[in-house]
Amino acid sequence: MKYGYYPGCSLERNAYAYHQSAMAVAEPLGIDFIEVEDWNCCGATEYITIDLLPAYALVSRNLAIAAKQEQNGNGNQLVAPCSACFLNLKKADHYMSESPELSEQVNQALAAGDLNYEPGSVTVRHLLDIIVTDIGFNNIESKVTKPLTNLRIAPYYGCLMVRPANIESFDNQEYPNSLDKLMKSLGAQVVDYPLKAHCCGGHMTQISENVALGLIQRLLKNAVDYDADAIATVCPMCQLNLDAYQDAVNKRYGTNYRLPILYFTQLMGIAFGMPPTELGFGKEIVDAKPVLDKIERGRLENE
Amino acid sequence: MVTASPTVRAQTFLEEVVAATPGSDPHLQDCIQCGTCGGSCPSGADMDHTPRALFAMIGAGMKDQVLRSNTPWYCVSCYFCMVRCPQEVHITDIMYTLKRMAIKNGLYKESTTPSAAGFSETFIDYVENYGRSFEFGLATRYHLRYHPVKAVEMATGMGFDMYRKGRMDITPTRIKNLNQLKAILDKAKEIGGTE
Repeated sequence: MKYGYYPGCSLERNAYAYHQSAMAVAEPLGIDFIEVEDWNCCGATEYITIDLLPAYALVSRNLAIAAKQEQNGNGNQLVAPCSACFLNLKKADHYMSESPELSEQVNQALAAGDLNYEPGSVTVRHLLDIIVTDIGFNNIESKVTKPLTNLRIAPYYGCLMVRPANIESFDNQEYPNSLDKLMKSLGAQVVDYPLKAHCCGGHMTQISENVALGLIQRLLKNAVDYDADAIATVCPMCQLNLDAYQDAVNKRYGTNYRLPILYFTQLMGIAFGMPPTELGFGKEIVDAKPVLDKIERGRLENE
Repeated sequence: MVTASPTVRAQTFLEEVVAATPGSDPHLQDCIQCGTCGGSCPSGADMDHTPRALFAMIGAGMKDQVLRSNTPWYCVSCYFCMVRCPQEVHITDIMYTLKRMAIKNGLYKESTTPSAAGFSETFIDYVENYGRSFEFGLATRYHLRYHPVKAVEMATGMGFDMYRKGRMDITPTRIKNLNQLKAILDKAKEIGGTE
């Protein structure tokens, strides 16, 4: 299956493990990603804070290029692994469809770069959506050679993949479960914890560390309270906040969390029998080795 | 039957906010003051006013007080309130609108979070000049300007960890067709948006 692919800035470096593992698992699943040529930043949550029309024009340059790339096939479906990029792309398309005035103005701006975007001509989808919906759990299960037996995974959805309410979502917007099912199909034990779709704080670490660390601490505590061995994420921002700020949380709250924060695609790759080095393991700040060891022990016990 | 007055009245603050928010209708005028938004907000406790209170203030035309509030700046953009709002008010989108208005008239400087706008400005400056975001440049420039002590902490602590793990570039990446992007953004700024 062919899809357009919008990696987003984080996947270039900070979340390279996500990109690497997504590409690794795409192959056995028969997914063919065609990167949007010369894509630009989606603006994150920052451009829309400063200026409205340029923010929509910035996002729409990517949509316009994706729509032009005919080889995308499959109804011009554009996949974004980052939840923030996903929502920005999807929201621009949605509001342009809803508001002809906005669409006209964005297109006036795009015309200055010889581009044009017809709202609705690209369907924006999150990476998790195409994996659970288009590939399906049975198909995924059939690829598992090294089940994640005994591993207690806390699936973490964050915010932007399943919300907001005025835009159609592939999963429940308050209490989603697609990632739970995916982890189960990899043989893992799924931790059902109340905060699984609550906020990691987004850019708040930079605005008010006090607020951000409080949110991160609540999530870590909640997952640990339910005996999670690791958290599975679907977004580079969530991964960064929960992983790189874990030490700051421990210092501030006198805790001792050592909870590895992994991309769901990394866990898929392990279950498919791929070597950790090809899945970006080792790039995490909180060492994931205890997780890998536990998977190995579980495998030996079951042999 | 009452006939419409021929005099053109000035736009109310509420109408101004609605007009500056994308989409066909953000339903702000439909707010029934139930408070579900504030009750669902993960950072509500740190806000000057709950979203509910802020919307009442918008209705009352308290423009300066609203734009001086730290509420939009403490919004973490999680959209939980939007899922739960019984009136389907586009709360998060409205928070972004209020941030843009507060920057435009400078009142954000009087909030308890005056550096938040600086973070967004620094971020978009890199995007406009390279086409991609640049974490290292953003973190150093923003923190050196607003929180110098924090900048040193970041460089020696988390920032160093990220660099050591190969997760941070120290030079920015530039897209190939930057001129095209600049032309698009310049044109968008010239048009000026839906406000």
